[in-house]
Amino acid sequence: MIRRALLLIAAAVVLSAGDDPSLYLKDPAQESRARELFQEIRCVVCQNETVAASEAPIAQQVRQIIRDQVAAGQSDQEIKDYLRQRWGDFVLLKPRFTPRTAILWLLPFAIVLIGVVTIVLRRPRPAATAVAGEAELTPDELKALKQLQENSASGGVR
Amino acid sequence: VPVQGMSLNPVLQDPAFAVHPPFLYLGYLGFSVVYSFAIAALVEGRLDSAWARWVRPWTLAAWSFLTVGITLGSFWAYYELGWGGWWAWDPVENASFMPWLIGTALLHSAIVTEKRGALKGWTVFLALTSFIFAILGTFLVRSGSISSVHAFASDPTRGVILLLIMGLTAGVGFLLFAWRASNLSEGSVYAKVSRETTLVLNNLFLAAATATVLVGTLFPMIVDAVAKTPLSVGAPFFNLTFGPLLALALFILPAGPLLAWRRGDLREVLRRLSVAGAIAIAAAIAGYFLVSPKQGLAAIGAGLGAWLIAGSLTEIAERVKLGRAPMAEVGRRLGGLPRGAWGMTLAHMGLGVFCLGACIEVAGKVEEAKVMRPGDTLVAGVYSLKMDSISNVDGPNYMAQRGSFTVNKGAELACVATPERRTFPASRTTTSEVHICPQGLSHFYLTLGEERRAEDGSPVWLVSAYYNPLAWLIFIGPVLMALGGVVSLSDRRLRLGVAKRAAPVPAQVQPA
Repeated sequence: MIRRALLLIAAAVVLSAGDDPSLYLKDPAQESRARELFQEIRCVVCQNETVAASEAPIAQQVRQIIRDQVAAGQSDQEIKDYLRQRWGDFVLLKPRFTPRTAILWLLPFAIVLIGVVTIVLRRPRPAATAVAGEAELTPDELKALKQLQENSASGGVR
Repeated sequence: VPVQGMSLNPVLQDPAFAVHPPFLYLGYLGFSVVYSFAIAALVEGRLDSAWARWVRPWTLAAWSFLTVGITLGSFWAYYELGWGGWWAWDPVENASFMPWLIGTALLHSAIVTEKRGALKGWTVFLALTSFIFAILGTFLVRSGSISSVHAFASDPTRGVILLLIMGLTAGVGFLLFAWRASNLSEGSVYAKVSRETTLVLNNLFLAAATATVLVGTLFPMIVDAVAKTPLSVGAPFFNLTFGPLLALALFILPAGPLLAWRRGDLREVLRRLSVAGAIAIAAAIAGYFLVSPKQGLAAIGAGLGAWLIAGSLTEIAERVKLGRAPMAEVGRRLGGLPRGAWGMTLAHMGLGVFCLGACIEVAGKVEEAKVMRPGDTLVAGVYSLKMDSISNVDGPNYMAQRGSFTVNKGAELACVATPERRTFPASRTTTSEVHICPQGLSHFYLTLGEERRAEDGSPVWLVSAYYNPLAWLIFIGPVLMALGGVVSLSDRRLRLGVAKRAAPVPAQVQPA
């Protein structure tokens, strides 16, 4: 099991992905659009890699599909929808916004929103304002302080 | 038992790789001490400035080790995996990144607890969480429950044990927290515009960022268990969510150290930061017009990076009264700055350096590939490289083909590159040995592909060349941050206890 996994990884990771430049799209704008899409599509047999980074045959095949569809004038969304129909949501590295993924997408912003609202609504407690930022004193210390103050008040003039 | 073992996976046979896990584990170890301090504080019900000061060096040490460990791992991926990627938001990378984020938040909230006696509950919570995330990280990496490119040594039995340890640690910690935290008195008050507020915002953004990474990492696993229709959460998701959160944190950062505790003067701080702001805007404009194709990202990265670097220097300049006091006075003040201040400046500048490098590298990367035979030339931007020869080389446990290339920048010789293609017979794998030609702070990055046959039967090789602008900064930045942690750790104030309150203080030695 581990042996198989290791071989799979070695095959999938080690080879740097590189297509034969003869496969590149003629239009540089289209080619760069295709490469942007490679970054968003998962290689479905690999251990968490994009089709951009993988040398697995399936990744090469998907890169070809994407290039063909870009050349055929399909939009990014149409291409992603097509790939999703074939391999399911698993193939999209940026999950779609659906009721199921709402918590995933909204959580970061919800936390910031709640945090900011809490900070804005926070009221300084008046009780603490009296002590000008010093660490709180224990009852013993308060007593000692009072004594000191009284001493200096009564016998202050020496 | 086989006579010939499998041998270590060839990509792992590398010094940077070998030392990066020990650094990570030293970091995790440091957080176990921090966790113990938190438990002790909750049990005793005593949590004061002294406690925050005791926790700080352990957090700093753990954080510095983690920073080094993550950077080494990232650098290894950059030069070993052969396509120049240094961060992929892989679950195993996230596993080490989450404790780092929590550690960063803890470093900052502990300052508020130490200096102002505020945020006590939150600081204890972070101290507990840092270690729990460290165990979670170990679990994610070692149990094999997630699909990762790092699944090198997973073992489900170890996973169960780690899960038990994590359950126990989290259970005890959070139960104690729920029971005792309400007893912690919150300290002093502070105005909405104050250093406290900026540190609270720092913690808010870091907490939200950690939650994002956590949910993004675990979500596929949870969905898989519940719904049986797998989905993926990858780099594009994290870039869209984590990116803006980090940018917000970086944006407010320079104001923090300049604002006074309790009540700050925002207008005055903005005035002091006006030079840094002008530099940042100039850098953003330069980034936009000098870097392509991703001009927007380049502008944001250059702007924020310059903002952090210039902002940190502004803070030091303000502290030594540069330009407002005679130079002798400035020199004296410079010498008198505590190590902690230098550490903070170094770490914040390191973050700026990283931000600059990371954004410019991603935004301005140039990639070219060509099927070549000796004598051919490939042009990538202003660089041209000529394949001179291919030779066979025998390594200790591999055989390799080594290409020899002359790389020219314009008409000048930039370097002679010798990338290799290595074959390891014991594991029947091939790896690519990248050649990196440093060009100032940028890299010219070259890989040699497998030998193929051209149509006429002669051997040809697929050669990929990348120009990675400012790539060194991606790794120099975190090194500066770790160095900042170490410098801060050497501050003698950390080794002296907070003055004992019980000791009677003679009134006459206390000039106001």
